[in-house]
Amino acid sequence: MSSRPSRHREAGQWARAWPPLPARPLGRPAGEGRLGFPAAEEQSPRPGRSAPAQRWNPVGGFCEKLLPSDRWPWSDVSGLQHRPLDGVALPSLHWEWESDWYVDENFGGEPTEKGGWTYAIDFPATYTRDKKWNSCVRRRRWIRYRRYKSRDSWAKIPSKDDPKQLPDPFNDLSVGGWEITDEPVGRLSVWAVSLQGKVWYREDVSHPNPEGSSWSLMDTPAEAAQISCGPHDLLWVTLWEGQALVREGISRNNPKGSSWSVVEPPTSENGIMHVSVGVAVVWAITKDRKVWFRRGVNSHNPCGTSWIEMVGEMTMVNVGLNDQVWGISCDDRAMYFRQGVTPSELSGKTWKAIVAGRESDRSHSGSSLSLLSAGCFFGDEVRGSGESCAPSDTDASSDAERPGPDQPVPAESLDCPGDPKGSSASGPGTSRTTEHPAEVASPATQTPRPEPRPGPACTPAEVPWTNIDLKEPKKTPSHPLAGLPETTGLSSLEVLPLGLEEPYGADDHPLWAWVSGGGCAVEAHSVLKWFSVQLGLSPSVQTLSLSITPAQTAAWRKQVFQQLTERTKRELENFRHYEQAVEQSVWVKTGTLQWWCNWKPHKWVDVRVALEQFTGHDGARDSILFIYYVVHEEKKYIHVFLNEVTALVPVLNEAKHSFALYTPERTRQRWPVRLAAATEQDMNDWLALLSLSCCESRKVHGRPSPQAIWSITCKGDIFVSEPSPDLEDPAHPLPCDQMFWRQVGGHLRVVEANSRGVVWGIGYDHTAWVYTGGYGGGCFQGLASSSSNIYTQSDVKSVYIYENQRWNPVTGYTSRGLPTDRYMWSDATGLQECTKASTKPPSLQWSWVSDWSIDFSVPGGTDQEGWQYASDFPASYHGYKTMKDFVRRRCWARKCKLVTSGPWLEVAPIALGDVSIIPESPGASGNGHSVALWAVSDKGDVLCRLGVSELNPAGSSWLHVGTDQPFASISIGACYQVWAVARDGSAFYRGSVSPSQPAGDCWYHIPSPPKQRLKQVSVGQTAVYALDENGNLWYRQGVTPSYPQGSSWEHVSNNVRRVSVGPLDQVWVIANKVQGSHSLSRGTVCHRTGVQPHEPKGQGWDYGIGGGWDHISIRANATRAPRSASQETAGERSGEQGLPSGPAQVAGALQESLGPVCC
Amino acid sequence: MHYPIGLLFDLLASSSALPWNITVHFKSFPEKDLLHCPSKDAVEAHFMSCVKEADALKHKSQVINEMQKKDHKQLWMGLQNDRFDQFWAINRKLMEYPAEENGFRYIPFRIYQTTTERPFIQKLFRPVAADGQLHTLGDLLREVCPSALAPEDGEKKNQVMIHGIEPMLETPLQWLSEHLSYPDNFLHISIIPQPTD
Repeated sequence: MSSRPSRHREAGQWARAWPPLPARPLGRPAGEGRLGFPAAEEQSPRPGRSAPAQRWNPVGGFCEKLLPSDRWPWSDVSGLQHRPLDGVALPSLHWEWESDWYVDENFGGEPTEKGGWTYAIDFPATYTRDKKWNSCVRRRRWIRYRRYKSRDSWAKIPSKDDPKQLPDPFNDLSVGGWEITDEPVGRLSVWAVSLQGKVWYREDVSHPNPEGSSWSLMDTPAEAAQISCGPHDLLWVTLWEGQALVREGISRNNPKGSSWSVVEPPTSENGIMHVSVGVAVVWAITKDRKVWFRRGVNSHNPCGTSWIEMVGEMTMVNVGLNDQVWGISCDDRAMYFRQGVTPSELSGKTWKAIVAGRESDRSHSGSSLSLLSAGCFFGDEVRGSGESCAPSDTDASSDAERPGPDQPVPAESLDCPGDPKGSSASGPGTSRTTEHPAEVASPATQTPRPEPRPGPACTPAEVPWTNIDLKEPKKTPSHPLAGLPETTGLSSLEVLPLGLEEPYGADDHPLWAWVSGGGCAVEAHSVLKWFSVQLGLSPSVQTLSLSITPAQTAAWRKQVFQQLTERTKRELENFRHYEQAVEQSVWVKTGTLQWWCNWKPHKWVDVRVALEQFTGHDGARDSILFIYYVVHEEKKYIHVFLNEVTALVPVLNEAKHSFALYTPERTRQRWPVRLAAATEQDMNDWLALLSLSCCESRKVHGRPSPQAIWSITCKGDIFVSEPSPDLEDPAHPLPCDQMFWRQVGGHLRVVEANSRGVVWGIGYDHTAWVYTGGYGGGCFQGLASSSSNIYTQSDVKSVYIYENQRWNPVTGYTSRGLPTDRYMWSDATGLQECTKASTKPPSLQWSWVSDWSIDFSVPGGTDQEGWQYASDFPASYHGYKTMKDFVRRRCWARKCKLVTSGPWLEVAPIALGDVSIIPESPGASGNGHSVALWAVSDKGDVLCRLGVSELNPAGSSWLHVGTDQPFASISIGACYQVWAVARDGSAFYRGSVSPSQPAGDCWYHIPSPPKQRLKQVSVGQTAVYALDENGNLWYRQGVTPSYPQGSSWEHVSNNVRRVSVGPLDQVWVIANKVQGSHSLSRGTVCHRTGVQPHEPKGQGWDYGIGGGWDHISIRANATRAPRSASQETAGERSGEQGLPSGPAQVAGALQESLGPVCC
Repeated sequence: MHYPIGLLFDLLASSSALPWNITVHFKSFPEKDLLHCPSKDAVEAHFMSCVKEADALKHKSQVINEMQKKDHKQLWMGLQNDRFDQFWAINRKLMEYPAEENGFRYIPFRIYQTTTERPFIQKLFRPVAADGQLHTLGDLLREVCPSALAPEDGEKKNQVMIHGIEPMLETPLQWLSEHLSYPDNFLHISIIPQPTD
């Protein structure tokens, strides 16, 4: 279920002193020179930094006495502005300091000499961290964090503008622009229309800085009456004269747009009165209350082509997420929803009245109460504190209709109700609901009329306004969850009519004045249940819904149960000793598949397949899969005992529905049995059946144990393995090619677990998910799936192609290359032709959800049009053109989406890049502490989750941990050692983290190994391993309890893609390439052998399942081998399983090489 | 007509000593009395046709028709392999009804009597009366098989058995249909003479 209703950003919004880039919530490394700082830093969203400067003189060395011509001893980064430490103030009342000033000891990711000084010949110049003979000046950077604190409350927008410049009272306000193609995440466009008809734009509004910085007046050709800003680049304004203005040229580089176009109303006698825009739609109401849909609106043509009159008369319409439309009808003032709005039919089919209950009908009082203003310019329509509807969610978009001062204003929270289903994963949502019980109790008193106008001219009383939360609604449309439309939808529409001055009879429906669907994600085609009054029974409970009195229930039910019990006793109890008569063998399934043949040339051949299932005398089942094929007109077959199968892996690509079947032997060969089915359904049926048979024969069922090992393939499929006790036996570990992996539904990029059963995942779209305790889902239906705890999950990823061009002296850059050149439209390597038209989603499970757009975020940077330049293909690209560049390329991305199901619930709202859960030290069993969980957000913020426990694995809220640069990876060890890797490739250790101080106190910079940029870190019980961008695995030497940072990095292995260190300090990796006897596999699970307390780096690698594995977490497995019996069990085990190898050979199979075999 | 074995026991052998001795005949199939199922597929088809008939009564076949082939398969496989979970995961859907209703359209039931030649009684019967009251097992019998009931003050002559038990006549029929139906989704009710021990 979704926690969508309570979109709330727990983590503080972070601002950094420096640099004041509106684009980034967190600062970036100190490469200040190229960033171009605005001189007036007070306007920037994040001041708070000072740089003390010193000059060297021959007598006293460096001192604060500067030359008269020098900069201020304390200044901003430019040196132009005097900024003593105590003179740096918070931008407004709504910010707070997070910590005190401290010296930044990093310089571009490298540690500096003590004190953080950087040196130069003179101000301003290039600073280096080394002091040289000619260093005459030095400076260092002081940092202090601040955060926006006025969350969950209405915060007056401060203004430092000249009062004369201030906008007059506002008439309308609209928030949008959060999905302008490729813009920095979190940027928002806030537009307002004043009473005098002027249009204002609020500068620098973003999630970290929700209040923005200043108002800019936009020139308009005539006086504006109302405004509507869509999530993308649509912005329409209505004019008092009845025309509409359309803003042209809104883009990533110019969110304010460049010019206005005028659109005439449908009929000249009835001007446009109200307009509302979405992604690609414009709806309007004219003065005669007619509803109009604008035909042909899109990014290239924001004006559209013509008006189409729609049925019905409305007082207003509102376009919400996914271009869904709400309206208030003119006749009965009821709320309507436009049914049938789909991407192909944006105008929808019909208006349907929404049944919205009043407070007496509401199941959760208080929490969702919201009054909303009726505020819009057509004041005659709206009565004083008339009833109004609450759009609710805390989305920025729902703030789109903020009231004008002449209208009743929201006096209540826009808070969304902690929906009963939704609240489970959303602590903040429910917690907020307690904040305003008083207002709930006396709605009639809630008619304050503050004027939400910035500036000293107006000083409204401090009203108990609550929450506007600006978590991006961006993700909302792209993650539908089962039931989401109903849940959020209902809550969005939950309303409390406050209009007591125009009372209506008990049977009248409320007269609505305003509706906003901005917080309500309705997927096209979803079935909504808003249109009829429900009798209060959901289908799931309806079997108990008979209207019978308890007394009757008692009588007949009791009798039925009593009789059944007696019958069971009579008919079964005495005959327990009879042997079960069961069939010994049964054919379960036969069919036709294709098989990737063993001989060369390898190709798909048609085969008959039969799965034969046996039931032994002990009731245990076993199965054999027969594959019958014909080669040279000779009939042959191969067979596989399903109790030997170690993994069944779906391999979907755009052409084939295939899957791979691994046994230990085939894992060693790197040559699985590959089978393909004609349809996806057929493949899923086979997969589900085979998987069930494998689980049966190994007696694996139900949810994975808390110690389970989790892994993920490059396709996002999730696998889990139950660790055998001797997996980590130091003497004779179980060869990891014998581990049995079963699939769990869902789609993830990262999964992390700990031994208390807390499992978190991160999707490709960075959505955080928490494991619900279910199993199955995806293609595993029925018995292989738990009946509860399975939810819809979706994921979004981008497909990238490159547009390549070569320069020639005549025409400049063209798409005509040299004959030897790569394709002009290609993949990243340039080897494969990929045009916009021919490129398909990765498999049939995926479908496109966006159009192609330029990706500006490629490494190396791009110019304004997204081009990267280089002297020739292939080379290193840079984001600006030089004389030597003859080729250029740009990256195009297109989003595709997959919808599946699995035991995962979204942890909204913060998107994550990495997560780590504390491994439990062996022996330390549930000591009552909550489970420490750290994460890095997709923006690079470091977060610490509070309140995580077995019972509440999702935890309750995020605690923000300050950093002075964006981070990439994080890991917490069993003794609360938190290590992290920053995006610049250096490592950090967080000091003093403990259960009582969950966020620790400060970061210690740990230099990366020489000339290497780290990308991942993993900390076990004591061992610390890190991985660099070149695939080298490093062990941190010299880590002791008294000196947890350790002393140096020691190289362990190359050829590593991902590392996971567990609570026994066991080390598992995903190796890049592993050569088997038949083939090579990329992405292979490997286990470090010979890891001993006196030899923590281990000796060699044991190779497990592989071929397309991307991620592993063994951090839940704290199962030690039983010490005394380990020798014996190893022998017995291999004997039992009929392996051709004795213990000696098993050991021999663990290849004692120094690194995974690379080729 | 094939009867579920539990019904056969209730109807014909409920008074016999346990364990129930079954005689299996391998020849002389009573072709005249029983439809011969030549293969396992035919047994499956028979079972599925019963389920479909029941759903036709309960939901005008809407639920069963919306299911996919594999769901049908799962019903049968679950039954065949004695996997209740597997079976119920699908069968559950057949036991639901729209929230605005108080029950199924009609209750799929069959009433068997040893004393008559007629194989069974099956009629259209709604779970809820026109006034909204729930019909009970007693209501059903009064309507379609009054002879099974004891007269007002008379001696009880018959037992009304479902799954080897005698539910109270006040038990709502809808509840019985949801909870005591056989796998073929029918409520098989046996009327047998009260033992006279």
